[in-house]
Amino acid sequence: MIHSLFLINNAGDLFLEKHWKSVISRSVCDYFFEAREKAVEPDNVPPVIRTPHHYLINIYREKIFFVSVIQTEVPPLFVIEFLHRVAETFQDYFGECSESTIKDNVVIVYELLEEMLDNGFPLATESNILKELIRPPTILRSMVNTITGSSNVGETLPTGQLSTIPWRRAGVKYTNNEAYFDVVEEIDAILDKSGTTVFAEIQGVIDACVKLSGMPDLTLSFMNPRLLDDVSFHPCVRYKRWESERVISFVPPDGNFQLMSYHISAQNLVAIPVYVKQNISFFETGSSGRLDITVGPKQTMGKTVEGLVVTVHMPKVVLSANLNATQGTYNYDPVTKILVWDIGKLNPQKLPNLKGSLSLQSGAPKPEENPSLNIDLKIQQLAISGRLGSFISVGCDSLPAGPCDKALLLLTLF
Amino acid sequence: MEWASQLCENRGLGSKMTDSKYFTTTKKGEIFELKAELNSDKKEKKKEAVKKVIASMTVGKDVSALFPDVVNCMQTDNLELKKLVYLYLMNYAKSQPDMAIMAVNTFVKDCEDLNPLIRALAVRTMGCIRVDKITEYLCEPLRKCLKDEDPYVRKTAAVCVAKLHDINAQLVEDQGFLDTLKDLISDSNPMVVANAVAALSEIAESHPNSNLLDLNPQTINKLLTALNECTEWGQIFILDCLASYLPRDDRESQSICERVTPRLSHANSAVVLSAVKVLMKFMEMLPKDLDYYGTLLKKLAPPLVTLLSAEPELQYVALRNINLIVQKRPEILKHEMKVFFVKYNDPIYVKLEKLDIMIRLASQANIAQVLAELKEYATEVDVDFVRKAVRAIGRCAIKVEQSAERCVSTLLDLIQTKVNYVVQEAIVVIKDIFRKYPNKYESVIATLCENLDSLDEPEARAAMIWIVGEYAERIDNADELLESFLEGFHDESTQVQLQLLTAIVKLFLKKPTETQELVQQVLSLATQDSDNPDLRDRGYIYWRLLSTDPVAAKEVVLAEKPLISEETDLIEPTLLEELICHIGTLASVYHKPPSAFVEGSRGVQHKRLPPRTGSGESTETPDVGQSGPSEAPPAVIPSQGDLLGDLLNLDLAPPTATVPSVQPSMQMGAMDLLGGGLDSLLGGDIGGSPSMGAGLGAAPAAMPASLGSAPAVGGGLGDLFDLGGGVGMPTGSYVAPKTVWLLAMKAKGLEISGTFARRGGIIQMDLSLTNKAMSVMTDFAIQFNRNSFGLAPAGPLQVLTPLSPNQTIDVSLPLSTSGPVMKMEPLNNLQVAVKNNIDVFYFSCQYPLSLLFVEDGKMDRQVFLATWKDIPNDNEAQFQIKDIHLNSDVASNKLQGSNIFTIAKRTVEGQDMLYQSVKLTNGIWVLAEMRIQTGNPNYTLSIKCRAPEVCPFVYQCYELVLKN
Repeated sequence: MIHSLFLINNAGDLFLEKHWKSVISRSVCDYFFEAREKAVEPDNVPPVIRTPHHYLINIYREKIFFVSVIQTEVPPLFVIEFLHRVAETFQDYFGECSESTIKDNVVIVYELLEEMLDNGFPLATESNILKELIRPPTILRSMVNTITGSSNVGETLPTGQLSTIPWRRAGVKYTNNEAYFDVVEEIDAILDKSGTTVFAEIQGVIDACVKLSGMPDLTLSFMNPRLLDDVSFHPCVRYKRWESERVISFVPPDGNFQLMSYHISAQNLVAIPVYVKQNISFFETGSSGRLDITVGPKQTMGKTVEGLVVTVHMPKVVLSANLNATQGTYNYDPVTKILVWDIGKLNPQKLPNLKGSLSLQSGAPKPEENPSLNIDLKIQQLAISGRLGSFISVGCDSLPAGPCDKALLLLTLF
Repeated sequence: MEWASQLCENRGLGSKMTDSKYFTTTKKGEIFELKAELNSDKKEKKKEAVKKVIASMTVGKDVSALFPDVVNCMQTDNLELKKLVYLYLMNYAKSQPDMAIMAVNTFVKDCEDLNPLIRALAVRTMGCIRVDKITEYLCEPLRKCLKDEDPYVRKTAAVCVAKLHDINAQLVEDQGFLDTLKDLISDSNPMVVANAVAALSEIAESHPNSNLLDLNPQTINKLLTALNECTEWGQIFILDCLASYLPRDDRESQSICERVTPRLSHANSAVVLSAVKVLMKFMEMLPKDLDYYGTLLKKLAPPLVTLLSAEPELQYVALRNINLIVQKRPEILKHEMKVFFVKYNDPIYVKLEKLDIMIRLASQANIAQVLAELKEYATEVDVDFVRKAVRAIGRCAIKVEQSAERCVSTLLDLIQTKVNYVVQEAIVVIKDIFRKYPNKYESVIATLCENLDSLDEPEARAAMIWIVGEYAERIDNADELLESFLEGFHDESTQVQLQLLTAIVKLFLKKPTETQELVQQVLSLATQDSDNPDLRDRGYIYWRLLSTDPVAAKEVVLAEKPLISEETDLIEPTLLEELICHIGTLASVYHKPPSAFVEGSRGVQHKRLPPRTGSGESTETPDVGQSGPSEAPPAVIPSQGDLLGDLLNLDLAPPTATVPSVQPSMQMGAMDLLGGGLDSLLGGDIGGSPSMGAGLGAAPAAMPASLGSAPAVGGGLGDLFDLGGGVGMPTGSYVAPKTVWLLAMKAKGLEISGTFARRGGIIQMDLSLTNKAMSVMTDFAIQFNRNSFGLAPAGPLQVLTPLSPNQTIDVSLPLSTSGPVMKMEPLNNLQVAVKNNIDVFYFSCQYPLSLLFVEDGKMDRQVFLATWKDIPNDNEAQFQIKDIHLNSDVASNKLQGSNIFTIAKRTVEGQDMLYQSVKLTNGIWVLAEMRIQTGNPNYTLSIKCRAPEVCPFVYQCYELVLKN
């Protein structure tokens, strides 16, 4: 099982170590540093590194490497999942997961790590339970603690720990009962030169923030659940019911959680919201080239496209770009050879255009490769998968008795 | 106290309330300050001090000097302080074992606390303190906690057993904790069940044969129930445990699959992959015509696709596993090609894996898309990725015949880019394409030759040279090209040198008139100026071939080459099966069996997929998959890292036909045969060449060391002359029945079973070769690795007629003991290589030592006495032979049949004492005393020998002979 954990920052400083079994010398990280150096980019460090006596499994999150050491055969996915969970817990507790917040809260971090693993076996990883055992720091609490001498460690056994619904703590009470659901959809699409879709898929998640008293039992149904190719549920969802009725029925954890994620790959459903007209050409002679890019709306269902950014990965020989943008700003980085055009909001009346010339290294042959364009955008209030999102309905099967005046349901669709 | 007042001041000012203050140091000794604070009366100050200590600990500072002071803070009702002290204890108890004892009382007391949280905390922490003295005190509290009324305490205690086992395995067994742990599998609380399973699995890993997880339908049922209710991590442990269960029949298998399938929708990818493992394994048992089988196949694809949208690290592990799944069951993901298309921002390790899977999924239906993608990839920036993409194009050409032409033109386009590494990579793959489709794309050779100068990598150079040699007749200036390579012959890598040698010989055979000088030049370079034995050997063989019989040389060197197989990179079927059983583990990430690399699990049992029990398919080997029932599996080149890889120096590259015909005759063994044999073999006309000297010079070095020590009997020849004397003797030596040494599954259809016998002084290896493949097998040859007693074949393997399918042939192979000697483990281990027209196969077997007991092993009485005294008593080994109902005379007769000679017999107080001697082929004497008590079926055997390691094997022979 997981033997030790080392946290290493981007500069290669090891700033925290935790051992769940015997202490392993930090020199084991030398193998990691070796791999880190070889990979050049921090993103490219291989996740599993073999050393003569140990295996190092690492993830890279928020500019921190979480390097775990294992000695026996352990499912690597289990370790990686756990490391991500650690990062998420830090985020949850301290608002952000960074070297400085971890150093600022080092004792809580240590207590958390001790609580999350026992002898390398996960003990309590649910945020609800952890928060009962170790209270997250707030300015107010640290003030109160210093004055009154009380501690931020829970004295009693968390209630949810042993019930069949370990994710929810008992005795939750709110004066305002509310539940929010966010549907966030991302399309990943690859288009070829002519604009035809090579590949497109939708990756969606439903994030929930549930603040309901007692033990609420909720259901959520889709109008057209057949669209979903694959779903992954939070453990609270009753799978049997989904199998038989295609209804998501669950007792939610208290607070924020990801209810489910889904995957839609049926191509005809994926409507790409914008189109791009591009013409990037290089001349045979004269070491120069032309660039002309126009972006326009396609299927936006009347919604505004925001946060539009076009990124072009230029060939190595391109030295500089002299362009003119009708909207937004552009920036060409001659070191990374990346051209970024930040457009912002898309105005359908006056389509944004970027036009101009490129200068190439003199004497170099005309580049062979076609520059690839990445387009990032955001549309509020629209689910790309269309028919799926707009029909979510939430029902409360058993709302808590007592001070529950209303169940406020809000749906935000991105 | 200066520091402390400073701290108070800070607080008063309400400055930043974070833990970073714990890192600030003072001018005075830090440890000194902390010590003072730890001993403060104020609780709050104590806690702050302990926090500072912990903070120092996290960054790896040594604060062990504060041990007694910190432990003093342990007696407290403040839970946070207690936890902090425990954290400290776990880290430092090992370095201060005597001090750690001070903490025991508090632990024991806490284990009785009313609050279950404190009970659990105490037992948990105690288990983490790896000090022997403490573990003794741990047993009682642990026993109580395992039966605690609160499940939280029980689940913590379950893990504690695993901790304790890690520290002191014997103690855990003696105290019966393992049984208690097994009982916890039936606990009412799913969390407890999951932790018990996890603990047992971890313990079982260090005791592979302990059978700790005794799974039966009842426990399986309990596990499946707990699976639905426990935490995600618990689900992983339970699923991994389920995967090691072997269902009784396909119905049970199906019912388990049905209950595991919902796990595929779990948000935790480790749960998903563990579920995939269980399904992949149990699916094997389901009949293929079952509706459920199809349903299950369909259900497996979406979760695997979803794994690819997770974080890159998860993707990587998932992809490595998908790689295995695609090889085993390509049908699952055959329509999902597009999800493996590389994204621009994928980390390089994900890109490379995706590429691999794309090629595996490439088929006629999707090849156009794949090629378009691959061509794009080949213009990317990352060198490794580009290389792999180019290679992938070549593999597509070999895999999908219809696409070969497009692949070749794509490759030519890429060569035109003149990007150095792209060109080199393209040439390497084009060579493979030529081998797959001979006489089809040679028109491109001209383009290739243009790029000759830019090649600087050995692999590319070797590939180019191969092409030039192979198609020498179509390249006008082939001789010039090859000559240009020859200039820097000694600076080239071996790969290039070998290829150059072969290419020039090919050229010579095709255009003998113009290139005589060239060929002589390369032969002398290879044989005289090179230190590399491979190169020299190949050089000699060509030289001799060319000088004796150019026609034969032509037949050999220019022989039609077998087409290269479609998927040279497939994992061997048996290994693949084992890896499928280990989906989701490190083994699956490295594509190596767990026994090969995980430390501390050397005894891991090899897992196999269960056999299918469905209708009429039960006899079929499970790995045949979609191809015909008894068709041999696709050709797989054995991995070079094979432990026996060096056994046969057979070169799998071009001129395979020459080597085996020479090698067996070289192995003839006896000394004087060698010279003559070589002479007759090579013909007399090579007098001028240096080969004679070198060949003979090398031969004596290979003679076994044992020859010197036993000159009287010597090797095989000596035994041969002994034949006459041996005829009259009783040849009642025991011959064990044949056992299977090589499974057909592992050897592409060739099954070998066999045994050993000593008949009239001659050692024989009796073999039965069975052809279980579809095609005829020919060209059998056998060779042994060096072994403890220098056993070697005394002649070639006499399989004269080809072995047709389903035919079995029995052969007796005479053995000599004059082969090279190397001590084996175990002593009587013999590693054998058998070659046929298909491949080379390796297996190992063990021979009874009685094989080596020579006929003149009767020692003189006086010598016996003297020798017995002379051998130190330390070398004496005692054994019991049980359940023998023979009297001493019958026993002694029986033993004599196997060359164990009774020299003297003494009867003392109803006990028969037999004194016996044995002599081994290498001249080692073994002396024995056997005590037989009338009426007692157990014999006592004392064996003395100067080489005591043979004693247990001699004893084995005694037992074998007496019991049969």
